[in-house]
Amino acid sequence: MSLILFLQQVLNGLLDGVYYLLIALGLSLIFSLGGIVNLAHGAFYAIGAYLTLVISPYVGFAGALVISPVAVALLGILFERFLFKRFYRADPILSLLLTFGLSLVAEQALRMIFGAPPLSYAIPQWLKGQVFLGDFVYSFYRTVLLGIAAACVGGLWFLLQKTSFGRVVRAGVQNPDMVGALGISLQPYMAAVAGLGIGLAGLAGVLLAPIYSVHPAMGNEIITPAFVVVVIGGLGSFWGVVVAALLVGLVKGVMIGIGYSAASTAAIYLLMLLVLLFRPRGLFGERITRFE
Amino acid sequence: MSHDLDISRRGLLKGVGGAALVAGIGMPAIVRAQSDVIRIGHLTPRTGFLGPLGEYGVMAADLAVEEINAAGGVLGRKIELLKEDSVNPQTASTKAERMVERDKVACIVGEISSASCLTIAQVAQRTKTLFFNTGGNSDALRSTDCKRYMFHVESQNSMYVKSVGRSFLQAGMVKGKKWYSLTADYAFGHDLLKVAKRFMEGNGGQFAGDDLVPTDATDFSSYLLKIRNAKPDLVIINLAGAQTTNFLKQYSEFGLTFPVGGFGFDTALAWAAGKGNFVGTWPVVWHHLIETAGTKKFVDAFTKKYGKPPENQAWGDYMAMKIVAQSMAEAKSLESDKLLAHLEGGAKFDVLKTREGYFRKSDHQLMHEMYAVTALPADKIKNQWDIFSSSGPVPGPNEPLEAIASTPDEAVCTFPA
Repeated sequence: MSLILFLQQVLNGLLDGVYYLLIALGLSLIFSLGGIVNLAHGAFYAIGAYLTLVISPYVGFAGALVISPVAVALLGILFERFLFKRFYRADPILSLLLTFGLSLVAEQALRMIFGAPPLSYAIPQWLKGQVFLGDFVYSFYRTVLLGIAAACVGGLWFLLQKTSFGRVVRAGVQNPDMVGALGISLQPYMAAVAGLGIGLAGLAGVLLAPIYSVHPAMGNEIITPAFVVVVIGGLGSFWGVVVAALLVGLVKGVMIGIGYSAASTAAIYLLMLLVLLFRPRGLFGERITRFE
Repeated sequence: MSHDLDISRRGLLKGVGGAALVAGIGMPAIVRAQSDVIRIGHLTPRTGFLGPLGEYGVMAADLAVEEINAAGGVLGRKIELLKEDSVNPQTASTKAERMVERDKVACIVGEISSASCLTIAQVAQRTKTLFFNTGGNSDALRSTDCKRYMFHVESQNSMYVKSVGRSFLQAGMVKGKKWYSLTADYAFGHDLLKVAKRFMEGNGGQFAGDDLVPTDATDFSSYLLKIRNAKPDLVIINLAGAQTTNFLKQYSEFGLTFPVGGFGFDTALAWAAGKGNFVGTWPVVWHHLIETAGTKKFVDAFTKKYGKPPENQAWGDYMAMKIVAQSMAEAKSLESDKLLAHLEGGAKFDVLKTREGYFRKSDHQLMHEMYAVTALPADKIKNQWDIFSSSGPVPGPNEPLEAIASTPDEAVCTFPA
């Protein structure tokens, strides 16, 4: 294989990782703050995609790009207010069962409303085409997708690191009782974080609907690699998740590139195993006292 | 008094015991009254990566039973369909066993996964219950793993490869050409790749590359870069389930223009690719645009009931139910061995095509016509369903139906006792 093709695969793999990032960041946020392992995260991704199919005939893809994630985020806040909040102090296994059940209900509901066969959806005309960078070819649509994803990741980082909102959330991750003792109620922050995280999953659903197939079980396809990313990156670490997502994309892309495609999925689990062996808290995982 | 009470207590116990006994005897009577219906088990994946196709199978099986019962049933009895999600090979086997042992089904119909077909067939063989495979393609099921109690309405991989292979040969895409293939990494894919390589080598072509794709892969960009670099004359897609849809969408997204084809195909996956994304030439067992009276009637009835046309998996399950009903009526029996003898005796069935089909005695494969469909260019597409043009029936009218099936050198079936 030529060096150029190898470099193409490296670059493409890195870009591929960004799709996991939108899902993984939300998962990591919700877990760090509330201790909820949200197995229903993939379902919100699927709902985002289906919502896009339903509303884009009326508002266009651009309209759906705004409306779908917001609607999914609101749904997320409702779930947080009525379900998740009852499980913050409970045994984690209970919230695991709750969200696993929710994901099954959501998948079957989509199947009952829209049918099991995948639904037809294509890239809108104005986003079709390819971009060339020397010999490297990339889809124009994916370039836009990356731009949006990068903007979201940057925005989230700013929100968490540079605003008073972020300071409370970060303090809540480390020591919720101390935050309470200081007279700050974490409740609205919990709801906001759930809304943000789940909204990002909805956004991923909108962005991937034109290039992946839209079917009821699509959430399952993305949730497992997203969990791998969170575990590799380490809980509570923003940049850990970002680096892990790129790493997972890179390992998968290179495996396919060098001709071991059959092992490309297995390779990311092997990567997870190695990281867990040598750095049990993940690459950049912080020590969170209440999870130790 | 107390003595009397004792007796009466004993009497009460006797009474209760008697009642239980009567109920025990009575129960089978009730079951027998219910078994005036003929129970048929329907097992197919309804979730997971083959679930989208299974749903078409279920809809079509329901429609077939409705039509059979409306026409008076079979041997004066109505058919009752017991439907289950087969999930995976292990669950499929457990459910098949329960259908046979507990529900006393007359036979089992369905399945798409070649791996699950095998586990159901093992139950069928052990319990001497007929199993009609409506969607498992692998040649192994018709050779090394063949079973006397399993019949195949779905075509084998060899038939798929040879029917679309003729189109590729005619278009000059085989001899001296390079193919690049992507193959689903499980039983069906491995079997298909073997048959495809045999075809390619036998006709003077070679592979520029072949990649096995994990069944949970959703993104094909890395593969697309490799294909672009290899510059093949034909890209062969042997993926399974919704993956084919993902591939077609991303192939058009990356602007690749090498001719595309495949040896396994489901119309629902092309419909889902979206306008302008479906390209290439593909084999099908049946499609909704075939110009025969039988097909028109089936398409009309299905569209009326479900609001969309049936796809090839729907044909498989619809046909299997009709074949089962017709065989029971003709053999005047529900017994597996009598039905088996009738089917092996060369019974003919209207399979909604120009010629009647029959089961080949040597491996129980349905001999019938197949088709190769080619995607229409975007500007010729009138609606979301009619997105391809079709070849005539393969094999042609002057050839025997067995012309496209596996030959004895390619696959041999020795039925286990």
